[in-house]
Amino acid sequence: MNLALRDVRHNSLRFALTALGLGLLFGVVISMTGIYEGALDDALRLPRAASPDLWVVQPRTHGPFAEPSRIPRDTRDLVRRIPGVAATGAVTFQTVQTVADGKPLRMFIQGYEPGRPGGPQRLAAGADITASHFQVVADVSSGLTLGQQVPLGPLRQPYTVVGLTSSMVTSSGDPVAWVTLLDAQSLQFALPPALERREQAAGRPPPQTGDINAVLVRLAPGVAAATVAAEIERWKHLAAVSQVEQESFLTEFVIDKMQRQLGMFMAILITVSAVILALIIYTLTMDKLRAIATLKLIGAPDRVIVGLILQQAMVLGVAAFLFGLGLIVAVKDHFPRRVMLEPRDVGVVFAVVLVVCLLASVLGVRTALKVDAIKALAG
Amino acid sequence: MPSELPLRVELHRISKHFGSGPTRVDALVDIDLDVRAGEIVGLLGPSGSGKSTLLNVVGCITEPSAGWMRLDGEPVYDGGWLRRDLRRLRLEKIGFIFQFHNLLPFLDSTENVVEAMELFGTPARLARQRTAALLDYLDVGHRRHAMPGQLSGGEAQRVAIARALANSPRIILADEPTAALDSQRAAVVMDLLRRVATDHEAAILVVTHDEKIFGHFDRLVRLRDGRIEAEAPYAADSTADNATTSRLSPS
Repeated sequence: MNLALRDVRHNSLRFALTALGLGLLFGVVISMTGIYEGALDDALRLPRAASPDLWVVQPRTHGPFAEPSRIPRDTRDLVRRIPGVAATGAVTFQTVQTVADGKPLRMFIQGYEPGRPGGPQRLAAGADITASHFQVVADVSSGLTLGQQVPLGPLRQPYTVVGLTSSMVTSSGDPVAWVTLLDAQSLQFALPPALERREQAAGRPPPQTGDINAVLVRLAPGVAAATVAAEIERWKHLAAVSQVEQESFLTEFVIDKMQRQLGMFMAILITVSAVILALIIYTLTMDKLRAIATLKLIGAPDRVIVGLILQQAMVLGVAAFLFGLGLIVAVKDHFPRRVMLEPRDVGVVFAVVLVVCLLASVLGVRTALKVDAIKALAG
Repeated sequence: MPSELPLRVELHRISKHFGSGPTRVDALVDIDLDVRAGEIVGLLGPSGSGKSTLLNVVGCITEPSAGWMRLDGEPVYDGGWLRRDLRRLRLEKIGFIFQFHNLLPFLDSTENVVEAMELFGTPARLARQRTAALLDYLDVGHRRHAMPGQLSGGEAQRVAIARALANSPRIILADEPTAALDSQRAAVVMDLLRRVATDHEAAILVVTHDEKIFGHFDRLVRLRDGRIEAEAPYAADSTADNATTSRLSPS
């Protein structure tokens, strides 16, 4: 007979409420693994969507995502002339803040040259940019709709939404939008009229608007990326980064801190869960001291007593884990950040929960084993 | 009590002391006591006289300090325990009945008895069959699915007796089994113990202060300061014999 389950049945309300509370904590831990996986996937989505063979960036930077990179616009033509290069595209990246439908909207803008590498992939609706100016393709997570006009830049120039992508966000969760390279440069460097007049009056030269952040390079079939990269780096003002390196910059420098932050939160939550579980199991054990003494008196071996405590901790932990998992699965799509639940991560959290249950029951087990059978005879 | 019935409990010069030096307390001193199969013996005495310690020694819960002890013919103590697995020994040979029934609160009547059988190694199906028969035997079969909190004092005590009988013990130790019951229910419990002693050939040792049940004992043993002060068959007439209720009544 399983005494642990019988006791759970007897104290079902208490167990349910405890499992509910612990489940919320475990749910947060599970959600954090999902948030991390989501952020990782989001961070890699943009470079993977472009998926060039090489990224040409400013030397001694980890650009253009991990840190700023500025190179001259003619880099695209320089690189294009290297043997083995099939296509090149100049791109810029910047974050803009605007208002759409009366609500603040933050977007990550990628400037690109239509017809060249760097444009939006797999449109969910609408079409690619066809005009030289004032058209935008945005991710659906921005809340923008086809045909909607959204003001961008210091001049608040209205841009028309012509296409929509899906699931294209940055590691911060900001939706990605694409405009032409010229528009992107204008958004980056254009000054409001009053400031422009003041700069002219002061005799300062207008800002350089021709710089770009990177050049995406596609190679001809069979051409080794390392060879072309070496060729590019002969120009001392340029560096070539492979797609694998670009992804590792993102995971090492951009996501790493988030991973450590989430890891720390998870460690704290797991510790809190363990302490709560240990206290609950200890309290349940204290409530059963007479029953445990009676069991010992009538001849129950220690393994039965240990099993009672340990199995209760496990039942509580597993119930809490399932509740937490169910809760997160139910609400994950309503999170402001994308939550990607990976079976591997969920399995790891489950294993951690089991270990926590094991450790949390130590105090209860020790107390139970110390109980003297004679206590059963006490009045 | 016919002397040809086997001895279930044999105590010879059993002593038990706690502490040492000036704080030493002699809880039991040179106790000689035999209890035969089918016999019900009452242990009387004032508080601190050693009757509970004697019950704990026979129940292999407290280790004596000296003497020897045999239970159901098996040497159990001779200056030290002769068996390591005392819990198994209790499971095989001894049934316990408590003042407050001590049923496991999270098991119903049937499960409380079945658990004791399963600990002994009885297969679950057989344990359930035997439990049903046992609860019927003790007139509490109609409460087999009731939780301890739903049972009256008398019903709970009968379920506790069923648990004590679960593994057909040769010795039953009862600590104030009727203290929480009124005289009518106390008489019912003692009648049950008599049936158990007769049908199961068990030796029953009962610690009690309850004068109402003295008439149910074959023998009364009075302890004082850890020694047996008097031991005699029960006699209703206090003036007829030296070994009478008046001499053996609780202080």
